[in-house]
Amino acid sequence: MQPDRDQKHWMYERMVVSRRFEERIEKIYLEGKTPAFNMANGPIPGEMHLSNGQEPVAVGVCAHLSADDTVTATHRPHHQAIAKGVDLNKMAAEIFGKATGLSGGRGGHMHLFDASVNFACSGIVGQGCGPACGAALSRKMQGKPGVAVAFLGEGAVNQGAFHETMNLAALWELPVVFVVEDNAWGISVAKCDSTSVPRNDVRAAAYGIPGHFIEGNDPYAIFDVVGEAIKRAREGAGPTLIEVETYRLAGHFMGDAEGYRPEGEKDALFAKDPIPALRERLLADADATEADLDTIEARARGEVDEAIAFALESEYAPPEDALTAVYA
Amino acid sequence: MSANEINERRLTIARAMAEAIQQEMQRDERVFVMGEDIGELGGVFGNTRGLLEAFGSERIRDTPISETAFIGAAVGAAQDGMRPIVELMFVDFFGVCFDAIYNLMAKNSYFSGGNFKVPMVLMTATGGGYSDAGQHSQCLYGSFAHLPGIKVVSPSNAYDAKGLMTSAMRDDSPVVYMFHKGLQGMGWLGTEPVATVHTPQDDYEVEIGKAKVVREGTDVTLVGLAMGVHNALQAADKLAGQGVNAEVIDLVSLVPLDREAIIDSVAKTGRLIVVDEDYHSYGVSGEIIATVAEHGLSKLKSAPKRVTYPDVPIPFARPMEQFCLPNPDKIVAAYHAM
Repeated sequence: MQPDRDQKHWMYERMVVSRRFEERIEKIYLEGKTPAFNMANGPIPGEMHLSNGQEPVAVGVCAHLSADDTVTATHRPHHQAIAKGVDLNKMAAEIFGKATGLSGGRGGHMHLFDASVNFACSGIVGQGCGPACGAALSRKMQGKPGVAVAFLGEGAVNQGAFHETMNLAALWELPVVFVVEDNAWGISVAKCDSTSVPRNDVRAAAYGIPGHFIEGNDPYAIFDVVGEAIKRAREGAGPTLIEVETYRLAGHFMGDAEGYRPEGEKDALFAKDPIPALRERLLADADATEADLDTIEARARGEVDEAIAFALESEYAPPEDALTAVYA
Repeated sequence: MSANEINERRLTIARAMAEAIQQEMQRDERVFVMGEDIGELGGVFGNTRGLLEAFGSERIRDTPISETAFIGAAVGAAQDGMRPIVELMFVDFFGVCFDAIYNLMAKNSYFSGGNFKVPMVLMTATGGGYSDAGQHSQCLYGSFAHLPGIKVVSPSNAYDAKGLMTSAMRDDSPVVYMFHKGLQGMGWLGTEPVATVHTPQDDYEVEIGKAKVVREGTDVTLVGLAMGVHNALQAADKLAGQGVNAEVIDLVSLVPLDREAIIDSVAKTGRLIVVDEDYHSYGVSGEIIATVAEHGLSKLKSAPKRVTYPDVPIPFARPMEQFCLPNPDKIVAAYHAM
């Protein structure tokens, strides 16, 4: 399964939106945090997990989804949210903690929820798997269309929740796809030091479902393999586990000195940055002209600028709003 | 035989819960049940007996022993428009799945600013007294009631059990429904006979967040829930023989907590004893006493007392467990120590 020209353009545009968004967030996040870094300070306080480099996974998956399909995302959710179609203005405002944010500032960057596009997060490793299975079960029971995708990191594959839900999804033949973003690092612990197998796709065999590993952070390859898995899920053939090799071009979170990385690793990863790589490929394959891509990039930048401006201009909710929306 | 006796329809709590679920499943096809042994077996504690035959295995789903998976799945299904019920067989098992409960079920509505609702019921067995030791005998009321975002109820009798279950299934917020094994009416486990009461056939709701004065009195207020209510009622009988007129409050719900009912009663009696089978410290009993303290200690004629489970894991040996459990005599003694 290969993306057509429009899909390629869409994938490139969402990747660029995501990267430009992270670049703006990174810059603003550091305001008030220098010279002494204190996570509690600045316009965006708290932890910040940037998704730079992992964009191909989000777009390769979400190119196959509509608003009606469900995504459960991770503590590193921005690229996934942008690819799924979460309203960028509201998402930005939420990251700033503003009243106009997705939840009025109650959730912040690790807890982005947009019911209008069936997007939910969990900041706890591996814990989005259960809700993804539940959404899939709901559709199956109601006889309604829709699949669920649970995004997780390679570290999450060692969580009990992952194994329990893999079994449940396989047992009940749920329309769910588990997509593991393997960025090789669980904070500071390398995959080879935490995981008993080099590739997690082999774990699918334990549950009697298909497993795939995709090398190279390649958006087209991801589109292809995930597309088949989602098609399979829509046809009622059950779940699939897919692990994707991807690159974390940022630290685990902002403020991470990344001293655990071998020397030269970051340089090697930046040399494989998927965004310039896709740009070159689109041109080489004659799928886009320079002018097309310039237009896409300008549009992406405009979208991000608007969202950031919206967030900055928005007000905080009255602090006492903290006491509302606890119960339905 | 009086007309009352003829019309009496006495159900155990187990049957009352199953009846409530059955009626709501007929009324609302979004309701379904997931849990361990809830299908063919009808639930280890009988809460789903007969439902598999009535609704089939699509809606009455036996699950793997994977609480994290199926409680997490219930959250996802609830967010997607279903109204799942899950059974956590023993509340003690919360240790293997608490993330799904307190980080997902309890918080997703808040973190979405109310855009997602999580209308689900988590029913779970509490309580000891039958030598099952400390991994199968706890109440943990305080542990659950402490966490914002979930409602917490626990019935003391079959009438409330049915009405609370119906209310819980119709609530748009997640409800933790804690039923005490010693009230359940299982053939294989002794039960408190007074919990088996008249239960109307037609569906009805018992309000979540409203306590009940189950015995009126003027001299002391005894506050409890579930098994604690029965201990309190038996203590009230004993105290009555001694000329003491005790009022008994059944909390019915821990979240929301009907603080007003407690304050009103204590304003009348001036004395307060809290009966709680959960651990002594940092729990329900402390919360009740704090509630009264915050609303004016001047109403109290003497310092409040609590008859609770001591801060120790629950032991196996019968004499040791019975020594630790609240009972009517301990309540009577607490009154005389005031």
